[in-house]
Amino acid sequence: MLILTCPVCSVTAEETEFHGGGEAHLTRFGPGASEEEFENYLFMRENPRGVHFERWRHVYGCGKWFHAARCTTTLEVFGTYPAQTLEPPKTLRAQISKKRPGWFWRGFE
Amino acid sequence: MKRYSVFAVAREAARYHSGWERAWRNPEPKAKYDVVIIGAGGHGLATAYHLGKRFGVKRVAIVEKGWLGGGNTGRNTTIIRSNYLQDPSAALYEKSRALYETMSQDLNYNVMFSPRGVIMLAQTHHEVRGYQRTAHANALQGVSTEFITPTRVKELVPIINIKGPRYPVLGGLWQARGGTARHDAVAWGYARACSDMGMDVIQQCEVTAIRRKDGKVVGVDTTRGAIDCEKLGIVVAGNSGHVAGLAGFRLPIESVALQALVSEPIKPCMDVVVMANTVHGYMSQSDKGEMVIGGGTDGYNNYTQRGSFHHIEETVRALIETFPMVSRLKMLRQWGGIVDVTGDRSPILSKTPVENVFINCGWGTGGFKATPGSGWAMAELIHKGHGPLTDDFGLNRFREGRFIDESVAAGVAH
Ligand SMILES: Cc1cc2nc3c(=O)[nH]c(=O)nc-3n(C[C@H](O)[C@H](O)[C@H](O)COP(=O)(O)OP(=O)(O)OC[C@H]3O[C@@H](n4cnc5c(N)ncnc54)[C@H](O)[C@@H]3O)c2cc1C
Ligand SMILES: [Zn+2]
Repeated sequence: MLILTCPVCSVTAEETEFHGGGEAHLTRFGPGASEEEFENYLFMRENPRGVHFERWRHVYGCGKWFHAARCTTTLEVFGTYPAQTLEPPKTLRAQISKKRPGWFWRGFE
Repeated sequence: MKRYSVFAVAREAARYHSGWERAWRNPEPKAKYDVVIIGAGGHGLATAYHLGKRFGVKRVAIVEKGWLGGGNTGRNTTIIRSNYLQDPSAALYEKSRALYETMSQDLNYNVMFSPRGVIMLAQTHHEVRGYQRTAHANALQGVSTEFITPTRVKELVPIINIKGPRYPVLGGLWQARGGTARHDAVAWGYARACSDMGMDVIQQCEVTAIRRKDGKVVGVDTTRGAIDCEKLGIVVAGNSGHVAGLAGFRLPIESVALQALVSEPIKPCMDVVVMANTVHGYMSQSDKGEMVIGGGTDGYNNYTQRGSFHHIEETVRALIETFPMVSRLKMLRQWGGIVDVTGDRSPILSKTPVENVFINCGWGTGGFKATPGSGWAMAELIHKGHGPLTDDFGLNRFREGRFIDESVAAGVAH
């Protein structure tokens, strides 16, 4: 069972209290973007066997969105961080490197 | 290969069953093949089988990281139907359903195909209209389905409660020629036939790298050494994103766990397959008497092959409303498989950015029914570079906005 801690209200709860929102840190493309940019933004998805960064919402709690770094094979949560973050925080990345040496996700490692 | 028949059973009975051969060889990998298929699930094996049968391509290896059929092929609830909405899907799934009808004879292996009929219940007015539309579409596609009344549903499924308090049964989409088959036997039957054609089914052999030169594939590295190949087929379901990454391209796919469970065996009580999409549950009875129940998909990417616990409660709750007698049953086993889900809930059978690498994936929660048709079509794609059944299912459909949208038509995992 997946257990997450909401960084907004600090509640730790099981997954039924949250709702997954898919891949984190996507760049939105709009009018004027190329076909490839649109395709990547709308359909192509990171689907790693290992370290993954995602958006989650604390639906049955404070209702706020946040980010989580998680392992897709063990469900270990490396950490959660605020929605107002444009990329995985440095300190969290360093912590993940200790547990999963050699991990990478989109351009990050 | 010695054929299985009633005479073979009699002959072996007379000599204490000492003469049965191994169903397939267990070979060491060779240095080079014309075609290497990654993944010995039903789809990978069926692809190899049809490469040999239809096109005479027999220098083929099927490499499997675990044991054959140990992926989703051996984990699914075996529902076979072809009542899809869009024309390209109907063509592919109907071809597949038709191939199931003669599969036991074709393979000389009993896959226990049981065309017992499949009902998809309509439990909201929206669903009634949706299924009536599908029935009309199927009539035009030459797929035999009909929309039936609640009374007829009750006749077909005496244990059902059609007057449920929340979602009474308002009708159903009935495909009389849909049904179930023995999933392991499908993998085993194909493996035996492939091995008999001289192909190598290599188990315990994980592909760890895909070697390329000038944008073309030249071979794969595996846990049992390097293997060269002219062409490569990737048929790895839930692991598609990972293996595509080894070849250097991305996919419009996310992998999640889908669960199933079975009850203790009971006397025969339901001889059709019933799917209740609004409350989200589906059920059939196996020949052993267990009620086979399909569960939910997880709401987030994962590779656990287990699934979230709370889905069991949701599924069982839905089934108790629809089939009150289920409340008396004990559940025996629960398991999960990793399904590869695309944005339009349709599969991908396609060329890839790497020349001579072909991919077959995205069957998500519903590809068992497509196993023979998928292999039939994929073999043609690998051999000729295109084919009538695969042309619409290319990777480029996402960029071009030509979706084959089946998410509305099904809306449930099966
Ligand atoms: C619980 C559940 C219920 C389902 N119910 C139904 C249903 O009722 N009806 C229906 O039609 N469909 C159903 N499905 C979907 C169906 O099971 C799949 O779509 C189908 O079996 C996929 O077959 P496959 O051969 O593509 O994949 P798999 O059988 O998963 O085969 C892929 C193989 O690739 C191997 N592999 C992966 N990576 C590597 C590597 N690097 N090197 C070598 N080998 C590798 C894996 O070990 C695996 O054996 C269900 C699925 C699940 C999980
Ligand atoms: Zn919160």
